[in-house]
Amino acid sequence: MSTAHEAIRPETPARLSFAVPGFMTRSMLIYAALVFWAFVSLFPIYWTVTTSFKTAVNVTQGHLIPFVDFTPDWKGWRSLGLSPDTIFEQSTVRDEFIRRFFNSIVASAGASLLAVIIGSLAAYGLSRFSYKFLWMRNKDISFFFLSQLILPPVVLAMPFLVLYKQLMLLDSLVGLILVYTLMVLPIVIWIMRDQFDTIPLELEQAALVDGCSIWGAFLRIVVPIALPGMVAAFILSVILCWNEYFFAALLTSTDAKTLPVMVASQTGSQGINWWSMAAIASAAILPLVLIGIFLERYIVKGLTAGAVK
Amino acid sequence: MSQSMTLVTNEPFAARRAAPAGKHVLLGRAMLAFATVAFLAVLALQSLDAMGVTALGFESWRPLLYVYLIWAAVFGVSQVMIRGEAGERAAFILPAVLFTVAMVIFPTIFGLYIAFTDWNLSAVEGRRFNGLDNLRTLLADAYFWNALLNMVYYVLAVLIQYAIAFGLALLLNAEIKARKFFRVAFLLPLMLSPVAVSWMIGKSLMEYRFGPAATLARYLGWDNPAFFSTPWLARLSIMAMDAWVSIPFMMVLLLAGLQALPAEIKEAARVDGATGWQSFKEITFPLMLPVSMTALILRIIFELKLADIVINVTAGGPGGATDTVSSFIFREYRDRSNVGYGTMLAEVYLVIIIVFVALILKWASRWMQRTN
Repeated sequence: MSTAHEAIRPETPARLSFAVPGFMTRSMLIYAALVFWAFVSLFPIYWTVTTSFKTAVNVTQGHLIPFVDFTPDWKGWRSLGLSPDTIFEQSTVRDEFIRRFFNSIVASAGASLLAVIIGSLAAYGLSRFSYKFLWMRNKDISFFFLSQLILPPVVLAMPFLVLYKQLMLLDSLVGLILVYTLMVLPIVIWIMRDQFDTIPLELEQAALVDGCSIWGAFLRIVVPIALPGMVAAFILSVILCWNEYFFAALLTSTDAKTLPVMVASQTGSQGINWWSMAAIASAAILPLVLIGIFLERYIVKGLTAGAVK
Repeated sequence: MSQSMTLVTNEPFAARRAAPAGKHVLLGRAMLAFATVAFLAVLALQSLDAMGVTALGFESWRPLLYVYLIWAAVFGVSQVMIRGEAGERAAFILPAVLFTVAMVIFPTIFGLYIAFTDWNLSAVEGRRFNGLDNLRTLLADAYFWNALLNMVYYVLAVLIQYAIAFGLALLLNAEIKARKFFRVAFLLPLMLSPVAVSWMIGKSLMEYRFGPAATLARYLGWDNPAFFSTPWLARLSIMAMDAWVSIPFMMVLLLAGLQALPAEIKEAARVDGATGWQSFKEITFPLMLPVSMTALILRIIFELKLADIVINVTAGGPGGATDTVSSFIFREYRDRSNVGYGTMLAEVYLVIIIVFVALILKWASRWMQRTN
């Protein structure tokens, strides 16, 4: 298990040998394929970011490279109230955008935190103790949690809509946080159980012999060791919640609306207002691109936990 | 993932303390009993109020929520008091269990009830029990079966995603420079929200008049590059977008699998004079089967929930050609406020998914056993 995490690091590359004669040709082929796919992966992002600096003419004529093809213009960002000349002025669009952005942060961070806390506790219990509840043993309880992954959002969407209405949780961030916690909990439990399984029992045994209680040993010994795993689970959860659209579209309307819902509603209503759409889309994906660049290790760690043995 | 369960052992954590003394047990039992009675009382009062028997004037069911939270907390504390260390152990798993039960079991049962009612939010009559009518409508609903058929295509497309992802993982596992850059670049699409991707690719890159993809297609000699005009073209476009977002997921899993392979085996194959293709076919691929299975099954489970991109790019069109079951139900609710029927669709879909995934899991485990 621990090898899985160790192995993600690139220090030990294996040889990939194609049956193409000549070393140069083979490595050139590899690099050509790599560059091609990097282009496929990055071009839509590049296109979106540059389009937010285009005027109508540049869009219709298909100009691609700033300063060469076209002169960048703040048009898209001005319509959002985020360009240098409008940043200090009143802007209803900007206020709206910032509120959605803030909602997204609260919903995803809150849900991820809650999921990591109760998920880690459950994962630790499942990893260390044997439970018996009616006919269910550890294996069944684990399966019960993981099986929630299969549940498609549509099944819960409408009961939630009705129940939330009764509980006055509709269009509230608390309601959204609860749904998102439910959504990421199985993933957190999966990642964290894998984490706890790799921590040797001897450490806790020593603590227990020294007179720690079970919870004391968990909080003082285990949690610090498992922290990187928790961070990985947290980041993965944040990404999933940040991007969630289905529940947000159904359960929120004015107050608790999140960024994806705002982006989606813009695409529908405005026809092709390219520059402002591009600006909103860029702003919506920017935090994730930054997370992807700087926290890639943790994302990979979270994604591969438990999957690679 | 289930192998790790065998690690569970009780020995180092054998109960060291005897069960707690009688006073604690009694107090714990009393607290639990009191909380349970309070919970049931509020439940009864609210139900009576909702049925109009009493007029206490509850504004919502909120009080019940608070009582449930209190009951859950008391339940945890009383477990520790009554059962001592066994209770402390149970306290680890209780929050997650109580949370999931409240959030899944109850809504699912409630959903089953809604599914057998005729309930349109925009209609005046409100909820009305109509037995199996929804099921009958469903059986005759060509759009639902069409959406289900589309799901088959989308799931089959996962195999192509898998092939591409495997290729990319092999590339990243080769001796290359700037590996970090390529890994991050390849991973980025996974991070982006499907809604943003819908606009970035579906509505602007593939836009008929000015989109770069359309321009490129024209340059390559395709006169009329309307990516969403005919059913199959639209379906392929959605598949392409979905693949763009989700290939990195499988790629990351497969890459981790490749890097966990023992280097000696490949070395031995090379010494024996195996060519690249031979060593891939005879050694790498068979060794990667378990990881491949995990990646494929996870991807298929996620693929079955595909909705965001379809809702935002084509809204199911043209003529339902790109509809997924989820996006179809989404519109059934959003556009027609048809809660009863939409829920029945969702419940039937859930049953189909459970059967399908169970079959896949069974088939996969049997197949893995045979190949080992």
